[in-house]
Amino acid sequence: MASYYDDADLERYGQVADGNPELFESFLAWYSQAVGGDGALSKREKALIGLAVAHVCQCPYCIDSLSTKCLESGADLAQMTEAIHVAGALKAGSCLAHAIQMRSKHDSVSM
Amino acid sequence: MTTFDAELQQHALFPLRARALETLQVNVGKLCNQLCVHCHVDAGPNQTGADVNMSHETAELVLATLQQGSFTTLDLTGGAPELNPSFRWLVGEARALGLTVIDRCNLTVLFVPGQEDLAEFLAAHEVDIFASLPYHAAERTDRQRGRGVFDDSIRGLRRLNALGYGMQGSKLRLNLVYNPGGAYLPGPQADLERDFKARLGSDWGVFFNELYALTNLPIARFLTFLKRTGNEEPYRAKLRASFNPAAAVNTMCRDQISVAPDGSLYDCDFNQMVGLGVNGARQHLRDFDGDLVSRDIATANHCFGCTAGGGSSCGGATAG
Repeated sequence: MASYYDDADLERYGQVADGNPELFESFLAWYSQAVGGDGALSKREKALIGLAVAHVCQCPYCIDSLSTKCLESGADLAQMTEAIHVAGALKAGSCLAHAIQMRSKHDSVSM
Repeated sequence: MTTFDAELQQHALFPLRARALETLQVNVGKLCNQLCVHCHVDAGPNQTGADVNMSHETAELVLATLQQGSFTTLDLTGGAPELNPSFRWLVGEARALGLTVIDRCNLTVLFVPGQEDLAEFLAAHEVDIFASLPYHAAERTDRQRGRGVFDDSIRGLRRLNALGYGMQGSKLRLNLVYNPGGAYLPGPQADLERDFKARLGSDWGVFFNELYALTNLPIARFLTFLKRTGNEEPYRAKLRASFNPAAAVNTMCRDQISVAPDGSLYDCDFNQMVGLGVNGARQHLRDFDGDLVSRDIATANHCFGCTAGGGSSCGGATAG
């Protein structure tokens, strides 16, 4: 295999249903209901949240898909970049928050 | 049978039939003061040839066709249509006939030397202005239409607002035309209009009536962009996958005839650019026949651009 990630594989996403179509259908129904339309959040807000999560998950398929979804919902590059900074800052913050765990362990074993 | 025709057939819409002759859309030429990367007619400042710009003799044929009485709207496009020497004459004659006249204006033409009185002319003749503005901020607009175009467009919009265009209570109509800045579909038209009104109003003190969202069709300069960036097939696939029968029912070609600068007839501006004439043949304005109202529309795979998602036409989205 030339690469673990191939953008052509995004088109094959439906094959995930093979083996257990019922579970995949259930997922798709939930996904489209949660992500697909306007609700308490607008489609654009959902797309920007999705883009941020895609970066935290470091999923290239999701990043491609959600970048397009953001543009098609009317978001611009500034908003998309800001959403990723929110994700990045939260990710860094949660990393640093674990320093407390480290300090607790340090303190518990130190004289 | 093309893939598009097969899709129509699957939804019992083949062949696509005309239903009215309401709008005569006339491309008066490819001459333009701008050089936009997405332009589907390859317009630009160097397009000065007689072969790509309408002569006065052909403009007279346009008027003769309008005088036959079936059309209610003259939709003038280009290039920058205002740069054609017969533009003002045609506007005056069509308005005298009581027709609605649309000028597809790039806004910056208002500041081209010799066009200083254009805004006043359009207002005096109560011409509806459909102004191109791809985005409500400079960066994306200038990337598509050229450096400084956004600032000049804002200047143009303010000038039109000052004449009453787009203002509450005024009969002077100013609509904006949005198209995506790349290989993706436009968002919902109503959402875009809300955004543009909020941003242009608060950031620039600019007002307009309605916003029309158009899909970029994979032809001419936009097709070159798609090919160069490796986006052609994914974009075509997206258009196909987004086929919406409700949009197909209301395509603009069903209610209009498109006239090329040389007077030849097409179902739409896009067919004109790929040389696909009405009835799949070459027919000229001098042979115009009211029977065209019952013609089958000539279709090809670029038509997926008008039927994707919310649909796309020169009057914006076409599906619900």
